[in-house]
Amino acid sequence: MFKKILIANRGEIAARIIRACHERGIRTVAVYSDVDADALHVRLADEAVLIGAAAPSQSYLRGETIIEAAKKNNCQAIHPGFGFLSEAPGFARAVRDAGLVFIGPPAEAIEKMGVKTEARSLMEQAGVPVVPGFQSSSASDDDFQRAADHIGYPVMVKAAGGGGGKGIRIVHEPATLLESIAAARREALNAFNDPTVFLEKYIENGRHIEVQVLADSYGHVVHLYERECSIQRRHQKIIEETPSPFLSDEIRDEMGRAAVNAAQAVQYVNAGTVEFIVDENEKFYFLEMNTRLQVEHPITELVTGIDIVNAQLNIAAGAELPFQQEDIFQRGHAIECRIYAEDPANNFLPAVGPVLRTVEPAGPGIRVDAGVVTGDQVTIHYDPMIAKLIVVAENRINAIRKMEWALAQYVILGLTTNLAFLKDVMQHPVFMLGEATTHFIDEFLTPWVPPDTEPSEIALIAATLSEIAQAASILPAATPAEGDVYSPWSRMDGFRM
Amino acid sequence: MLLIESQINTQDEIFHSNYHHNLLLLNELKARLELVRQGGGERYRQRHMEQGKLFVRERIDKLLDPGSPFLEIAPLVAWDLYGDDDVPSAGIVIGIGRVSGRECLILGNDATVKGGSYYPMTVRKHLRAQQIALQNRLPCIYLVDSGGAFLPMQDEVFPDYDDFGRIFYNQAIMSAAGIPQIAAVMGSCTAGGAYVPAMSDETIIVNKTGTIFLGGPPLVKAATGEEVSAEELGGAYVHTHLSGVADHFAENDDHAIEILRNIVAALNTHKKIDLDVAPPEEPVYDPKEILGIIPKTFRETYDVREIIARLVDGSKFQEFKANYGSTLVTGFARIEGYLVGIVANNGVLFSESALKGTHFIELCTKRRVPLLFLQNITGFMVGRDYEVGGIAKDGAKMVHAVANANVPKLTVIIGGSFGAGNYGMCGRAYNPRFLWMWPNSRISVMGGEQAANVLATIKQDQLVRQGLSPMGERELAEFKQPILDKYEREGSPYYSTARLWDDGILDPTQTRRVLGLALSVCLNAPVEETQYGVFRM
Repeated sequence: MFKKILIANRGEIAARIIRACHERGIRTVAVYSDVDADALHVRLADEAVLIGAAAPSQSYLRGETIIEAAKKNNCQAIHPGFGFLSEAPGFARAVRDAGLVFIGPPAEAIEKMGVKTEARSLMEQAGVPVVPGFQSSSASDDDFQRAADHIGYPVMVKAAGGGGGKGIRIVHEPATLLESIAAARREALNAFNDPTVFLEKYIENGRHIEVQVLADSYGHVVHLYERECSIQRRHQKIIEETPSPFLSDEIRDEMGRAAVNAAQAVQYVNAGTVEFIVDENEKFYFLEMNTRLQVEHPITELVTGIDIVNAQLNIAAGAELPFQQEDIFQRGHAIECRIYAEDPANNFLPAVGPVLRTVEPAGPGIRVDAGVVTGDQVTIHYDPMIAKLIVVAENRINAIRKMEWALAQYVILGLTTNLAFLKDVMQHPVFMLGEATTHFIDEFLTPWVPPDTEPSEIALIAATLSEIAQAASILPAATPAEGDVYSPWSRMDGFRM
Repeated sequence: MLLIESQINTQDEIFHSNYHHNLLLLNELKARLELVRQGGGERYRQRHMEQGKLFVRERIDKLLDPGSPFLEIAPLVAWDLYGDDDVPSAGIVIGIGRVSGRECLILGNDATVKGGSYYPMTVRKHLRAQQIALQNRLPCIYLVDSGGAFLPMQDEVFPDYDDFGRIFYNQAIMSAAGIPQIAAVMGSCTAGGAYVPAMSDETIIVNKTGTIFLGGPPLVKAATGEEVSAEELGGAYVHTHLSGVADHFAENDDHAIEILRNIVAALNTHKKIDLDVAPPEEPVYDPKEILGIIPKTFRETYDVREIIARLVDGSKFQEFKANYGSTLVTGFARIEGYLVGIVANNGVLFSESALKGTHFIELCTKRRVPLLFLQNITGFMVGRDYEVGGIAKDGAKMVHAVANANVPKLTVIIGGSFGAGNYGMCGRAYNPRFLWMWPNSRISVMGGEQAANVLATIKQDQLVRQGLSPMGERELAEFKQPILDKYEREGSPYYSTARLWDDGILDPTQTRRVLGLALSVCLNAPVEETQYGVFRM
């Protein structure tokens, strides 16, 4: 096993990985930008290296600087976490070329899955169902129109090099097709420096279901079942659960096998996730593969009992998978809510500010993977996800109840968060019935009005009393101190050592 | 006063690596403080609450003026001191806080820790609180809730000069000196402990939970056969209606605190300060940067003015004798508006530095300006030239000046505190009003490596004298290791604070706040004239 590794990330995932390493007696080196000098991941790590300024391009995306830091501090491997450099094949390759281990898939696998058009054809060859679509780099407008007619409207125009919802257009009728293609190309060119777009059948009322896979370096691949990620806002997941309330056992197994095939088709190694879209008739289609650890990996850990980060370390160190497919079961039901510093009442606009106080819920079956603690600052520079709240219970309805309770117990002061919004999702009948699709938030919770935030009578009385007490105590003291007009004892900051 | 121009680059690698190192040290400090603040733990707190009593820290919070600071003294005392016996904070919380507009010394027993009984370190901490009250003329408030001396260690608690009896001696002396002594009995108060309320100027007792007696019911039964309940023997009713041992009957803890606040409001004491004050200014440089300045080892050096710049008002400093004896930095500055003379180490002490320090201390005592010592000292210079030059007598001058200086003295050990440097820089024995350490600091008679080398040299000479062959490299390393280990363990600030060699370990980034509060506390006592003895010339 490794003796020391570098974690090329920040926030909750860096903290998660550092803790996993410490459990194994592996020393950790954190990297950080200047605004993160006091951040949680820096405090948890054994050592920390400053790699630049706040903007990710000046710090967390500086692959060369990070590799240099790893070498200088005698690290044997680098864990990229998710986001930042995790899916950059160039980085994975550079890590390998520097004689270090990249804790993730081989650069070639990332590359193959990174270009969506190439991934589509590879999957078709491997017998993994893909969404009916059309791709060609030399197609004329007429070709696109014919193809769209053939696939059947509505269709989706997508950028070949894309991700994160950019360069995507949904076209409902032939009249607007060409216009949408042009717009998508412009956006794709700007965002990914590649104007190539392709067509795909648009699955209405689709569900977003993904399958976790683990593969060792000896060709042994298993899946850890699915995660249902249909609750999304602005094309980003906010709630995930497993098992999916929608899938039959038969389709679940079929999807698992398809995911294993997908991974094998690109000689995949380490943890990865195969994303599918599933239509109303339980027909599923390959969307893409995320060649890294996922944000929502904890729900899979809670129902399978497998520590995925730990497995990543083992695989990267050259170990064989210690289990077979038939050893892996789902037990109970897990849900994850992503806690964001954002305003759900105002188009989910990110919020920034100090974390005046956080109190995390705790109890049987409750897990919090947090990236901030009391006293931290949430800045504009990074993703506004500040924590993940994960629960597990014997069945779905109990898991929902537990999540509702845990959300109500979660205290985060000083910032606008989506806690109240998440609670409303848990209580929504459509979600409770397990019928939510990717349109759920648009259809049922937009616009969203925050619950009555009028403080309770008791809170108002307490605040008033405190105000009066403060005012009384800053009146001249009973025994005025002559000359001591600026006494530091008069500062009502409640200072304690 | 001139702005100190910082040379620190907060972007460079050394700064950041120091910052991270010191942040981890600070985390450790905070974690330990958090732990001892829980007192004796959940189970004992639960039992305590069930009796209708408030936890000692809640009592203090309620006693203080709302939202005002509390300057706690030595919270980590007794850390790891009694083997398997965990005695957080030695079962007693002491500190200074403002009650009814008046700065007071507050002392509260923590009955969740071994029933609030007095371990040897509890006694020492109690006496330290009284010493602070006496030196700074602070009214004393005792929140009594203790079973008395810890009997298994009675030999270390009872008989000596600075043992249990000294507590009552101090109460008598302070009462005579016009320093009010007030007690609230909020739990048991047995045997010797009964003298705390009895020796006080004014005493409150809480109904049901408060009891005062020289011998408890079991002892009475054994001695005389009389069967009597604790309540009948020494409860609130008995003492406020029949015996007169207490003066005020309180229904509960909250009521007792209200009475205490009213008593303090009518003490007719007066803080009259005799020092130049100006409107406070924040330092220009962020005090948090101190974490990036303190080096990871004592081998690395830095300019102590960088620390001063982050402690004083507006980062302004009027340096004295800047070009002479440069291993000691002296000068005037303000902290929270209070004028203060700073003496700070910037390397090993030479004759010149000692003379400069002596001169500066004389300035401060003549002008009645408080002194702040920032201690980071490996000792005085050694070697033939220096001895011939009379470094011993120059060092002696500084020690003499420090010892006799009657202005308030504050000491912060910001790095090493080794050897005679500790004396010249106002170590514990020189009666600073307060002395604190930083988490990175070390204290011992000399540095561990130095000690190991000295002992190794002696050993080698011995071997040669005995006609044996001297130790080889490996043997030498084996000989030195236990010495290095011993100094490493005993030099730690936690080792020091556990034994009350200091008043606590400070967060470097909050040192300015603490110094401001402490200076203000010192000004409660009039500054006496300084009289020096014979300086060896």
